[in-house]
Amino acid sequence: MSDKVQIKINGKEISVSPQTVVATAIAREGISHFRRSVTGKPRTPLCGMGVCFECRVTINGQPNTRSCQVLCEEGMEIVTDD
Amino acid sequence: MTEKTLKFDIAIVGGGPASIAAACMASENGKTVAILETSPWLGGQLWRSEFPRAKTRQPIKWFSRLSEASAKAFLSTTIIDAPEEKTLLAETSDGNLRIVYDKLIIATGAREIFLPFPGWTLPNIYGAGAMQALAKADWPVDGKRIAIAGSGPILFAVAANLRKKGAKIVLTAEQTDLMSFLRFGMKLPLLAPSKILQAVEYNSQLIGVPYKTSCWPVEAHGTEQLESVTFTNGKKKWKVDCDYLACAFGLTGNLELPRLLGCEIDSDAVVVNDYQQTSLQDIYCAGEPTGIGGIDSALTEGRIAGLAAAGNVKQAKSLFATRDRYTKFEKAMAKGFALRDELKNLATPETIVCRCEDVTAGQLSEFNDFKSAKLQTRCGMGSCQGRICGSAVKTMFGWEDKSVRPPVYPAKMKNLE
Repeated sequence: MSDKVQIKINGKEISVSPQTVVATAIAREGISHFRRSVTGKPRTPLCGMGVCFECRVTINGQPNTRSCQVLCEEGMEIVTDD
Repeated sequence: MTEKTLKFDIAIVGGGPASIAAACMASENGKTVAILETSPWLGGQLWRSEFPRAKTRQPIKWFSRLSEASAKAFLSTTIIDAPEEKTLLAETSDGNLRIVYDKLIIATGAREIFLPFPGWTLPNIYGAGAMQALAKADWPVDGKRIAIAGSGPILFAVAANLRKKGAKIVLTAEQTDLMSFLRFGMKLPLLAPSKILQAVEYNSQLIGVPYKTSCWPVEAHGTEQLESVTFTNGKKKWKVDCDYLACAFGLTGNLELPRLLGCEIDSDAVVVNDYQQTSLQDIYCAGEPTGIGGIDSALTEGRIAGLAAAGNVKQAKSLFATRDRYTKFEKAMAKGFALRDELKNLATPETIVCRCEDVTAGQLSEFNDFKSAKLQTRCGMGSCQGRICGSAVKTMFGWEDKSVRPPVYPAKMKNLE
């Protein structure tokens, strides 16, 4: 495996291996509020395979991105619970 | 918006075992092949941790075979429409891709069936296969107390894997009854002898893990996240403290694309003939969308579909007997793990059914059919487009939604212009 990549989750800098799924990087930070539902309830991923859309976060300014379907890249900025 | 058009003899949608087997066969028979996969990896849910470098026997064999084949894999590529005959439109990270094909193989896999019960939307409640997939992707499970619930042989695999990764399994709750479970087990020697070894292996890994049949969750508790789950065996109820709950009630095929294309579908399965050919001549289907059968069935169907689509009828025929044995296994599994009626009534009026739009069971109970419920409450009209609540409302109310409209996956506005 190649070197670590630096990413930011909610402004905090962390380093992860480049094959890390974004959702995993978020969970490993102890965050269990990926998004808020339409009535304001916290949610975490349900399906783990890209169909439920509960893992949506903002990645590099793009809102509603499924974090379970994206791999971490150098300089990536992730915002949860948006 | 940028848009590229590429032509292939055979396009395969999905990147799991069925797709890989089909791609190997078709390209070894001289065809140009494209694999179109929505996630950034190949291998589907079962082999996702085997990509890019396989570690266990079966995926090593297939991934190396695929790497020698000429098939081209397009990852992070999501089909959103079939705008004209023999053409698919996909969204990729750099604009749209138009794939023109001569033959199409649908290998879109399956998703889990979720049934709503009070508290099921709390953080740290995952699907069973989902927990497995996430754990393979290094989800933090080490030291966590995990309850596993739902139905099917998958619960053993999940329990064994999570335990290996350092989790403490506090309970495995299988909803089916012991007799149905044993009857299924007795069919294994004849239909799937390889599964016996697997079962013995899981069994040895699960010594000391509580496993109960006729047992299911009725309520999840917690304020900001999951703290405990109440289980029942139909007679009494008890509470189990846990950090995570991994729970799903079986699998259902991903049928959006075959529906959009107009393939005949019966009892939640794409109808295929012996050659895995659908009701549409140039479209084939393999793996879970033709009926939930697991990996061996998916690999065999994928091989047949790849061979048949490439015109190698003789070799395709040689696999019929193997496939038919797996079909019997499929039926035995469906019977052994049929869902009990009690599961249809777990939700209270306050329980959310549609997680995208936060629509409750109480709101839905005012309607007689899915269409009016959708129009009035937005149930099934959020981001997942009914992929999650669809099986729930079917089980709870008997409603079925067969309409599919493009884009079959949420797409960026700029890519739809």
